Amino acid sequence: MVELKPGARFQSTVCKTQVIVVKGDGEAELTCGGTAMVAAGTGEITGEPAPDAAEGTLLGKRYSNPEDTVELLATKGGSGSIAIDGAALSVAEAKTLPASD
Amino acid sequence: MNLMMLLEMAAEGLGDRVAVGPLENGMTYRQLYEQAGMAAAQFRETDGDTVVLCDESSPAVPISLFGAAWAGMPYAPLNYRLPDDDLSSLAQRNAPGVAITDAAGSVRLSGVDRLETLTRQQFLEDPANGAAPCTAPDWSMDPDDIAVLLFTSGTTGAPKSAVLRHKHLVSYILGSVEFMGAGADEATIVSVPPYHVAGVSAMLSAVYAGRRIVQLPKFDPDDWIDTVEREGVTHAMVVPTMLARIVGALDARGGEPLLGVRTLSYGGGRMPLPVITRALELFPITSFVNAYGLTETSSTIALLGPDDHRLAQYSDDPSEQRRLGSVGRALPGVELSIRDDAGTELGAGEPGEIFVRGEQVSGEYLEAGSLLVDGWFPTRDGGFIDEAGYLFVQGRNDDVIIRGAENMSPGEIEDVLLTHPGVSDAAAIGVPDRQWGEKVVAVIVLADQTTQPADGAIESEIQELVRQRLRSSRVPAHVVLVDELPYNDTGKLLRRELRERHGHLGDSDG
Repeated sequence: MVELKPGARFQSTVCKTQVIVVKGDGEAELTCGGTAMVAAGTGEITGEPAPDAAEGTLLGKRYSNPEDTVELLATKGGSGSIAIDGAALSVAEAKTLPASD
Repeated sequence: MNLMMLLEMAAEGLGDRVAVGPLENGMTYRQLYEQAGMAAAQFRETDGDTVVLCDESSPAVPISLFGAAWAGMPYAPLNYRLPDDDLSSLAQRNAPGVAITDAAGSVRLSGVDRLETLTRQQFLEDPANGAAPCTAPDWSMDPDDIAVLLFTSGTTGAPKSAVLRHKHLVSYILGSVEFMGAGADEATIVSVPPYHVAGVSAMLSAVYAGRRIVQLPKFDPDDWIDTVEREGVTHAMVVPTMLARIVGALDARGGEPLLGVRTLSYGGGRMPLPVITRALELFPITSFVNAYGLTETSSTIALLGPDDHRLAQYSDDPSEQRRLGSVGRALPGVELSIRDDAGTELGAGEPGEIFVRGEQVSGEYLEAGSLLVDGWFPTRDGGFIDEAGYLFVQGRNDDVIIRGAENMSPGEIEDVLLTHPGVSDAAAIGVPDRQWGEKVVAVIVLADQTTQPADGAIESEIQELVRQRLRSSRVPAHVVLVDELPYNDTGKLLRRELRERHGHLGDSDG
């Protein structure tokens, strides 16, 4: 279990994926490629994503859970897919704000 | 969180795309990342705590901004147009530090204690200055580290250092910009100076969106138009005085519309309605965005989008037309509230002070600490929010004219003054009045300054115009003709200076 608070960063241990928490609170089982993610900078990449969790994570995309209580931003992409408590996260819709500066 | 996280992502996702400069031979995102690492290495070796930038726009701006973030030092851009004494005193407040400046600046800053100076040329030739470049992403991720120190423009009182921490700026970017959202052909022209909050946010937004930055060091309307055409600029941000001058220059060229600009954003002060109306015609297919924000809020907190602009342009509904004079609605994640003097929240349409809350809101100064109460920042701007959530800004609270018990917004009077065909610029100020506390003075710039109007003719026309359109209390007691109004270099009208110049029209015992 890890604590999902805004600004917290996690890395995969089975691919290059890294995420930062944009929205979220409380503890959750955060996995990438089927293996638990760890605090960024505290793990090595060993092994590979499980076949059922290898759709990949895309750099710069936001991922959210169906309840929209958690939003993660991928700061590095990788071959594993991220999931919370076993449920895969989906790509959140792109922002449509016009450029203001 | 660290600003470097944004650049690292851009370097990884769009390494070979040009980040800054011309399409050919510009600096790519990967190169910008490497240069920032070199700058960070040098910054870490100095005895300074702060990276000062005292220079106009150049590639040294993004390199030093990101290099400072990497090194873990605040980045403090200074207004190089200030008189020598003021500049030295602001620089001294950032010592010990290392300053990047031009040749003239290194002489002007030579008297500042414990401030090492580097010329822009030295810095751009070798940002590392012999130090081993930083390559590993070893920047601090403490969200509370200070990223940027900006002196607030100080149109009233002594300048204060607004503190923007990494968490404020990163939240602003993540909340308002889509990563790599820009197409490969997009470019944004940055004509605001580096020491303006928009000069900082423009760098960050463009890097995260993957939009090429084209810098215009000294604003000139013809230069702006030529650069837009030459560089294939698709996006621009301007302050109101810049747009007024661009509109004037386009008209002087025969009123040919400028079609390449896809998004034109404006902010940083009140936009006169006649200017924006003409601009909509001269940029017929451009998306207009009016952005409202403050230094203390990491730039934009509310915006009026393209659809609202065109709707207002073509609408017959007065409440939709009126929204052209608004700054739109709050960004996602930003809350707005209008409050009276006692701090009570007011309803739709009721004018009061604008309060703002959100993760991007710092509301903190080095000298005075945080002004946030329960997260809310009092902006000192007056305004109201209409039924649909559109925010109307009515100027600084310090500028409100109080006649009798009535609070009058100078902007409301100025909009009417500007509708007079003979008037090209106008300001309304309050001066002391024995009977009413304050009375209104209109300061007018005539469009045609070559012919002298008959004595008193224009004055009575102006008074009559205001009487017809607004309540009689708004009618100027005096109308003063001047050659030009005083603005600071980011387009803010210097009302305090106007009050000093024309205060003699008031009663000395008023």
